Amino acid sequence: MAVVRIPPVLRASTGGAKEVDAGGDNVGDVLRSLAQTHPDTEAQLFAERGELNRYVNVYLNDEDVRVLDGLDTPVGGSDVLVILPAMAGG
Amino acid sequence: MSPSGAEYIRKIKSEIAEVDPTDAHELVGNGVAFVDVRESDEVARGHVPGAALIPRGFLESRIDGAVPDRSQHVVLYCASGQRSALAAKTLEELGYENVESMTGGFTLWKDRGFEFDVPRNLSAEQRERYSRHMLVPEIGPEGQQKLLDAKVLLLGAGGLGSPTALYLSAAGVGTIGIVDDDVVDLSNLQRQVIHTTDRIGTPKVDSAQATMNAINPDVNVVKYETRLDSSNIMEIIEGYDVIVDGVDNFPTRYLLNDASVRLKIPVVSASILGFDGQLSVFAPYEGPCYRCLYPVPPPAELAPSCGANGVLGVLPGTMGLLQATEVVKLIVGAGEPLIGRLLLYEALGATFTELKVRRDPDCPICSREPDEISDDEMGVFPDYDAFCAAAG
Repeated sequence: MAVVRIPPVLRASTGGAKEVDAGGDNVGDVLRSLAQTHPDTEAQLFAERGELNRYVNVYLNDEDVRVLDGLDTPVGGSDVLVILPAMAGG
Repeated sequence: MSPSGAEYIRKIKSEIAEVDPTDAHELVGNGVAFVDVRESDEVARGHVPGAALIPRGFLESRIDGAVPDRSQHVVLYCASGQRSALAAKTLEELGYENVESMTGGFTLWKDRGFEFDVPRNLSAEQRERYSRHMLVPEIGPEGQQKLLDAKVLLLGAGGLGSPTALYLSAAGVGTIGIVDDDVVDLSNLQRQVIHTTDRIGTPKVDSAQATMNAINPDVNVVKYETRLDSSNIMEIIEGYDVIVDGVDNFPTRYLLNDASVRLKIPVVSASILGFDGQLSVFAPYEGPCYRCLYPVPPPAELAPSCGANGVLGVLPGTMGLLQATEVVKLIVGAGEPLIGRLLLYEALGATFTELKVRRDPDCPICSREPDEISDDEMGVFPDYDAFCAAAG
């Protein structure tokens, strides 16, 4: 099980949880597992054809999965996934 | 019988190598180390550009720091060529292999019309005001002079802009521009600490200027009581050394990114919401830009504003001061700026997280050189308001 860090704007979809444990061997599986447990997150994470929405950044530990293998990036049990949307507040 | 002082100097001069100022002038910028051995009050009236300034009395103790390589070609000079001759002898004894004393010294150099720099000195009041900066090796008098010469533009005199304006003024940043078209509102005062209750209804740029100059009257505050848009951004930001992005909307953040990449101005960017803050430094072509990090803005439901969702009043203080710190580092050239790194602060858990940000080789903006973009293109920015309408 990897740990997924939930940004404030998605916490309403996870019952307020800041971190959620989710299973899966790669980034896509972990996020889909998250979406199964918390269905409200699905539309915010995934576009129609199952790819990540372009406005959602996902990091495996401290590295952007876009520079790794995207949703196919392997995930280990001690890894942390960070979901990061842009914020504009000033 | 002991020699007279004049005889002793003549003897030393016969034992060392000398160089005429005209020949020495040819050596400037050719990897030759010039060392000025005069006293600081003499140097204050001018010195050879790039010369190391080491009074004769400190030569032995400081030369290793200034010229560590004993095989380096060194030209020493004083006012007339006598102290530098003695200094040349000393350096030879210390093992320097290629040392010359400039005949006629700085007086003859100046008489021949060669260029010189006049060091700018801080006033007594400035030395006192910035004394704690002077004591920090990474800043010192040189760094303070850089701060005094710096021009920093603050986008927004709101939550993030307030603390940055306060501390950059206190730090002695010489010119601080502020862009804000808003007036002070009672609901601002929970976090926008540069404003005061008696200034409600006053333009924020005026209120900010009053506080900044009350802290430090030397700061030249340039006010732009307007909203940044594609028609004015290039004109406003050009000429600034660093931009501090504390704006409260996506359209302006994308617009600022594109213009700052075009003009190669680094942006210290922060954003806040609720108990969360983000911080990074976007240095065009050195590191990623805002579009590399966030290619497209999120839809409205994922991008609420502080006005809609609220923000901890202290949070912009924390994030704004981290911004101010990055600004000072960039200006004085100290430390490792937050380029290519995104710092997340989560106040409830009291955690900091650092993420890597990579340059996007396909970035629509910073994958191109500024001069590859035509003037016509540069004058026209996409309609960000429509582009980001949903995210407002």
